[in-house]
Amino acid sequence: MDSIMSADFLAAVIAGAIMASMPLLFAALGETISEQAGVLNLGLEGMMLAGGYAGFVLAYWSGSSWVGLLAAILAGIAVSLLMVVFSVRMGRDQIVVGIAILFAMQGLTSLLHQVQFGESYPRLGEAAMLSIPGLRDIPVLGILFNQPAVVYIGVALIIIVGWIFLKTNFGLNIRAAGWKPVALDNAGVDVIKIRTIAVLVTGALAGLGGGYMAVVTAGIFVPFMTHGQGFIAIVIAMLARGRSTWVLIGSLLFGTALSIADGLQLVGIEVSTDIVNMLPFVFVLLALVLFGRQSYLPAALCIPFERGKR
Amino acid sequence: MIDTATEQALPADAVEAPALWRRWTSGFWRHAAPVVYGLIAGGVLLLILGKNPVGFYWTTLESGLLTWGGLMQTIIRLAPLLLMSAGFIVAFQAGLWNIGGDGQFLMAAALVGGLGSYMVDAMPYGLALVLLCVMGFVIGGVWTIVPSFLKAYYNMNEIITSLMMAYLGINLANLLIKGPLLTTTSFVPQTNVIPFDYLLPYLPGTKIHIGIIIALVVLAAIHYMQTRTGYGLRLRILGANPKAAVHAGINVKRDIMTAFALSGALIGLAAAVEILGVWGYVRADWNPAFGMSLFAIVFLAGLNVMVVIPFVFFFAVIQIGGHEAARQAGLPNDFLLLLIGLVLFFMVLTEWAREKGWPRMGRKTVATVSEVRAEEAVDNG
Repeated sequence: MDSIMSADFLAAVIAGAIMASMPLLFAALGETISEQAGVLNLGLEGMMLAGGYAGFVLAYWSGSSWVGLLAAILAGIAVSLLMVVFSVRMGRDQIVVGIAILFAMQGLTSLLHQVQFGESYPRLGEAAMLSIPGLRDIPVLGILFNQPAVVYIGVALIIIVGWIFLKTNFGLNIRAAGWKPVALDNAGVDVIKIRTIAVLVTGALAGLGGGYMAVVTAGIFVPFMTHGQGFIAIVIAMLARGRSTWVLIGSLLFGTALSIADGLQLVGIEVSTDIVNMLPFVFVLLALVLFGRQSYLPAALCIPFERGKR
Repeated sequence: MIDTATEQALPADAVEAPALWRRWTSGFWRHAAPVVYGLIAGGVLLLILGKNPVGFYWTTLESGLLTWGGLMQTIIRLAPLLLMSAGFIVAFQAGLWNIGGDGQFLMAAALVGGLGSYMVDAMPYGLALVLLCVMGFVIGGVWTIVPSFLKAYYNMNEIITSLMMAYLGINLANLLIKGPLLTTTSFVPQTNVIPFDYLLPYLPGTKIHIGIIIALVVLAAIHYMQTRTGYGLRLRILGANPKAAVHAGINVKRDIMTAFALSGALIGLAAAVEILGVWGYVRADWNPAFGMSLFAIVFLAGLNVMVVIPFVFFFAVIQIGGHEAARQAGLPNDFLLLLIGLVLFFMVLTEWAREKGWPRMGRKTVATVSEVRAEEAVDNG
C-alpha cells in the first residue's frame, strides 16, 4: 500500500491528471459559453481536431509552441465560423451542422496530415514550462507549480469566465440569449450578435484545447487523436450548467479517470483502462438516477432565433 | 420534412399519374441534389490534391456496385445499416435524440458474439439464431432505459445521457470481451468464434446472408407502424410538439420509454445481424461507429424509412467502393468522412435556399398541398 501513498506516485498522478484535464477544461469551458447562449455545439470535437492539426503544423514550422497554440485558436475560430454561418445566421439545425463539422474536420485533418506527414511523422520539442521558484519545491503539491505555462492560462480563464457570467452585462446577455432570446431582443440587444460571439469564443477555446493536446501533451498530431474527448467535454458542460467552477471540477474528474490507469501501472497495479474510463460515467449516471432532477439546460438551446418569429 | 407528411396526408386518388410522377422526380432531386453538390465539391478537392476525381468516383462505383462481388458486399453491409437507420428514425421522429447508438450496438454485439458459440452448441442452430437475434433486440432496448427514464420522469436532456451510456457501453463491451466472454481457443482478445456453418444462411445462389431480408421486413413494419397506427401518430405528435401531446391526453412518459426502447432494440438487432451474418465473433476494441454517419443519412432522407433505403444503399456503395478507391488513390479512408461532411453542409444549404425560395428551381421542388392541387386543376383542364 505504501507504494500507492508514495510522493512520487501522487505527484505523477496529479501531473497526469492535469495534463489530461486541460483539453477537456478548455473545450468544456467553450461549450458552456455557447450552450448558455443557446447553441449546442456538437462539432466541438471537430474544432478540437482542427486546433490540434493547425497547432501542430505551426509549432513544427515555427519551432515555437506559442505560435502553435495561437494557430490552434485561430483554426478553432475558423471552424466555428461554419457554425455561425449555418446555425446562428441561417438558422439551420444545430445538431446536423455540428455533425457535419465533426465529419468534415475528422476527414480534412486526417487527409492533410496524410498528405504532408504521412511518411515522416515528425515530433515537436517540449513546450515552455512555467515553474514558480519556491512553490515548486513543496513535496507532492509542488508539481502544481511546475506546469506548461498554458495551464495557468486555463485556470485564469475559469476565473474570468465565471466572473463574466456572474458579474457583467455581457454574461447576462449570453445567458439571456440561451434562456429567453425574445426578451433579449426586446431589450434592444442583438441576439444573433451575442450568439455569434459566443460561438466564436467556443471555437477559440476548443481549438486551444485541441492545440494543447497536440502541441503540449503529445508533441505530435495523430488523426482522430481527440478520441471522443469533445463529446466528454459536451457532457461536462451540460452537467456544469453554466458554472465555471463545475467545469473545472468535471474536467478534473474525467481527466483523472483518463490518466489514472497509467499512474497505477507505474506502481505495478494493472487496472483495465476500460474500467477506469467507465467510472466517471457510472458516477455521473448514478448521481443523475439517484438524485434525479430537472435538467437546467437553457430553454432556447438548439432553437434558432429569428426576429419577429414566435 | 413537413411537406412529406402533408403529401402523405393527400388521398391517393386525388393525385393523377403525371403529378405523382412529377412529385416523385422532384422529391428525388430534392433529396439527391446535396449529394451531387457534395460529390462535386469533393471532386474539386481531389483535383487540388492532384488526384483524378473521375477515376476516384469510377473506382468507387465499380468496386461497390458494378462488380458482382462488390455489389454483394454492399448488400451485406446494407442489412445492419438499414436496421440502425430504422432505429434512429423511430427515435428522431418522436423528438428523442438517441445519440448513443454505438453503445447499444456494441453491447448487443458483444453479448451476441460472446454467447453465440455456446448457444449454437446447446440447441438446434435455427432456434439459436432466432434467440440470438431476439437477444440483440432486447439488449439494445435495455441499454436505453436509463436515458429514457431520465427523459420521461425528470426531463433530463437525452443527448447527454444517451451519449454517456454510449461510452459506458463501448467500454463495458470491451470489458466483457476481455473478461467473461473471452475466447478459450486463441490468444487474440476476442470472443469464441461461431462456426461458419452456423451463421445466418445465404440467399440462394449468392453469398448474401438473409439479414437484408430481415432488415427490409422490419423497415416495412416500421413504415406501417408510423403511417397506419395510432402509436405511430402519437410518436409523431410527440416529436412535433411535446406540449400538444400532453394536452392531447397522450401518455407521454410511456411513449417516450417505448419509442426509445424500440430505437435501441432495432440498433441491437442490427448488431446481432452483423455479428451472426458476417463475423461470427467480436474482437475487443472493434467499433464500426456506424451511428454518427447514419444520423446524417436519416436526416437526408427526411426521417422516412422508405426514402432512407436508397440513401443507405448509396452510403454502403461509398463505404465499400470508396475504401478501395481511397486505397488505389493513396488517400486515407477518412476522406470519405470529409465527403459525408460536405454532403451535409450542402444539405442544410439547399434546405435554406428552398425556404428562401431561391433559386426558382429550388422553390418548385417544394410541392405544397395547394401547389399540387393547383397543378391538378390545370391538368384536369
